[in-house]
Amino acid sequence: MEKNLNLNLKVWRQKNANDKGKFEEYKVNNISTDMSFLEMFDVLNDKLVTEDKEPIAFDHDCREGICGSCSMFINGQPHGPKQGVTTCQLHMRSFNDGDTIVVEPWRATAFPVIKDLVVDRSAFDRIISAGGFISVNTGNAQDANAIPIPKENADEAFAAAACIGCGACVAACKNASAMLFVSAKVSQFALLPQGQPERHQRVTEMVAQMDLEGFGACTNTGACSAECPKGISLTHIARMNRDFLSAGLASNDK
Amino acid sequence: MTSKLDSKIPEGNLEQKWTKYRSTVPLVNPANKRSLEIIIVGSGLAGASAAASLAELGYKVKVFCFQDSARRAHSIAAQGGINAAKNYQNDGDSTYRLFYDTIKGGDYRAREANVYRLAEVSANIIDQSVASGVPFAREYGGLLSNRSFGGTQVQRTFYAAGQTGQQLLLGAYSGLQRQVGTGNVKMYARHEMLEVVTIDGKCRGIIARDLTTGKLERHFGHAVLLCSGGYGNVFFLSTNAMGSNVTAAWKAHKKGAMFANPCFTQIHPTCIPVSGDHQSKLTLMSESLRNDGRIWVPAKLEDAQALREGRIKPNDIKEEDRDYYLERRYPAFGNLVPRDVASRAAKERCDAGYGVNKTGEAVFLDFAANTIRYGKIEANKKGMHNPTEEQIVSMGKAVVKEKYGNLFDMYQQITGVNPYEQPMMIYPAVHYTMGGLWVDYNLMTNIPGLYALGEANFSDHGANRLGASALMQGLADGYFVIPYTIGAYLSKEIMTKPISTDHEAFVEAEKNVQQTIDRLLSIKGSKTVDYYHKKLGLIIWNQCGMARNEAGLKQAIKDVQALREEFWNNVKVPGDANGLNQELEKAGRVADFLELGELMCKDALERNESCGGHFREEYQTEEGEALRDDENYKYVAAWEYFAGNTWELHKEELIYENIKIAQRSYK
Repeated sequence: MEKNLNLNLKVWRQKNANDKGKFEEYKVNNISTDMSFLEMFDVLNDKLVTEDKEPIAFDHDCREGICGSCSMFINGQPHGPKQGVTTCQLHMRSFNDGDTIVVEPWRATAFPVIKDLVVDRSAFDRIISAGGFISVNTGNAQDANAIPIPKENADEAFAAAACIGCGACVAACKNASAMLFVSAKVSQFALLPQGQPERHQRVTEMVAQMDLEGFGACTNTGACSAECPKGISLTHIARMNRDFLSAGLASNDK
Repeated sequence: MTSKLDSKIPEGNLEQKWTKYRSTVPLVNPANKRSLEIIIVGSGLAGASAAASLAELGYKVKVFCFQDSARRAHSIAAQGGINAAKNYQNDGDSTYRLFYDTIKGGDYRAREANVYRLAEVSANIIDQSVASGVPFAREYGGLLSNRSFGGTQVQRTFYAAGQTGQQLLLGAYSGLQRQVGTGNVKMYARHEMLEVVTIDGKCRGIIARDLTTGKLERHFGHAVLLCSGGYGNVFFLSTNAMGSNVTAAWKAHKKGAMFANPCFTQIHPTCIPVSGDHQSKLTLMSESLRNDGRIWVPAKLEDAQALREGRIKPNDIKEEDRDYYLERRYPAFGNLVPRDVASRAAKERCDAGYGVNKTGEAVFLDFAANTIRYGKIEANKKGMHNPTEEQIVSMGKAVVKEKYGNLFDMYQQITGVNPYEQPMMIYPAVHYTMGGLWVDYNLMTNIPGLYALGEANFSDHGANRLGASALMQGLADGYFVIPYTIGAYLSKEIMTKPISTDHEAFVEAEKNVQQTIDRLLSIKGSKTVDYYHKKLGLIIWNQCGMARNEAGLKQAIKDVQALREEFWNNVKVPGDANGLNQELEKAGRVADFLELGELMCKDALERNESCGGHFREEYQTEEGEALRDDENYKYVAAWEYFAGNTWELHKEELIYENIKIAQRSYK
């Protein structure tokens, strides 16, 4: 049943990339438990604008958990306390009256803060540009049913491809590693016949770009997968490591 | 009729128009392509596929999107699927049948030649997507799986669970990023296009604002492609993303590009109902759910009353006391009637007092019958001869979970109700806009060099779009139409050297943008941008939504004008323009919606007939179906803008040479 909550918020405020930043405290009242977390922020921002204060900047767009824009680190967890949901799908019924909620941006060297809760995740795009594709120009394709793909592989590739590129994995990791994100793409193509010709090159170049962007190393703690709103599995990291190793062994650059 | 609208439809038989045209359209040689620059605004299915394909051909491409990455464009949220005339199911599908279904589904208000081309290239899209690694759903034999969608009796919809848009967009996005990597595409994320630059009547570039630094930038292009999506957010509450906007298209419109059929908007029948004032957006429950769900309301008013007051639960209502109104009214198509028909039918039942939630604006979408059917099939597969009901239900639920798991989870997340146990509650919501910038067969607007692709144009869906056809159209335009048709224009531009952005047209355009921004910031009124957006949304929803009438539309025009006046005198936009300012971004978009809203009502008022999503209460059959007037309104309404928000109507007559137009019937 719908209830109303009064909450204390501690929100990270930072003017721009060069600003040091600090927490500010806000009170919000009469928040319906049917609201989403971002709708609660809408209420707060509306109040701030009306009081001639600067509203809090945050990324958001589809508000149905698929675009990957929203990115709040809530009470020490990316996307908050509920498993399997993004911030926009987190509803206020997950909180109690009188709660204090701490909200921060993703913290990672490779994701510099732009303003308040908005960070720059363009490193992910550059990793995809380095090799996260199948080189097939438009018009080159054969009939879609020409190569049957075992359902199991297709389903597993789909599970990897469900990644929304939000960056929660990086934010959750104590090393700010991007292994889960990168491995999901590597794995998707490694499982499909279409991805085979570039398999070794892909993993090598994506990993190289990942390192260049300043993401940390993987120490197999698994926080990434536990916090992933799409439940991307650690298996993909294992598959990527195997591929990376065999790509090195098979390399022609002696 | 005016010469300003030349649709440039090629001569010849319908079946040969595209093939022949494609083979004769002028080409640009590879060396010249390298010196031709193309600007693409928007990175959804149309924009990303066009960018990748044009860059592969050798053109120099710049892509702009307001999101932080091209991958976040709202195509990502499309759920159910993509149509293609592959006939893999051997169930009678063909290019002609897809063409026919689309024209009929659009209530005979789309161009034959464009739609036939769309049906022709549909099969290539599936091939291209699979080749680029899109993991569509497959059968155990390893071949692609299909499902049914509304307005059709064949299974031609390809899908990837409830995330088809995501998978197709990520496919196109990976192609785009590959070209970014090679340097053929330069990507401008967190940039918003705010003006079109024209020189000597041709489109030559854009003014964009870097949303992070706030700086205005000038960009030259030999051609500009607007792939900026639809304008459903004029309603405030819609299934669109929060940032979806009409600004790019509207700026083009104000520079002279005609806006066609603005009143043709799609209200999707299966969305999660509005629950309160706090709501910022509405969430779609995919049309694919109508495959397996049955839509009903109580047959007795007292049961509906009891449900609203929470005295009984849906499962307390006996089978014979339920009204499966779509199956009753449309036995041939049943729950799979097109969206406009299904939405109106839901509104009709709720208006009559049969709504099932506390607001009275909801109907049930029930999976119980199909859960049991699936359970029995599973039992047979496993050789269980006397399964208990509990076993059947449990196995059935597992099948439903595999097919629609993510949608069911999303429903539970938002409503707090478990749809495996109780029927979903749904109600129609704004979802898509068929109207958009007027384009010819080449997808060029009436401004030479300015194109519109995907939902941003008006071209293929007439007055109502069929499910799973938006993804098809976006990718058709980007992958398989524009790479050919752009040659017709650019082959004549090979001698045009890049124009310096110091040219007075660029300077002037940038000045205009700066003035608008300064003005918005200087008002310092007392109401927030959202306040005006919500007010506008309510006016348009009530008077130009699922049902419209003359008096209401006339009132709405006055109301929108008054609201616009108030906005420009009393809106409060905090901060400055020298950095990230999300309120300023919203203010600019809402300012444009406040003009578009008026034009939508004007268009709806002018069209004295009902067709597709445009339902004028004055024009209906005795059974309450849409009553078209083909004699007087069989045309595309293209509006030309003049300063001070006045418009002139131009008509493009629609000619049907291959399809015999008839009253649309799904009975």
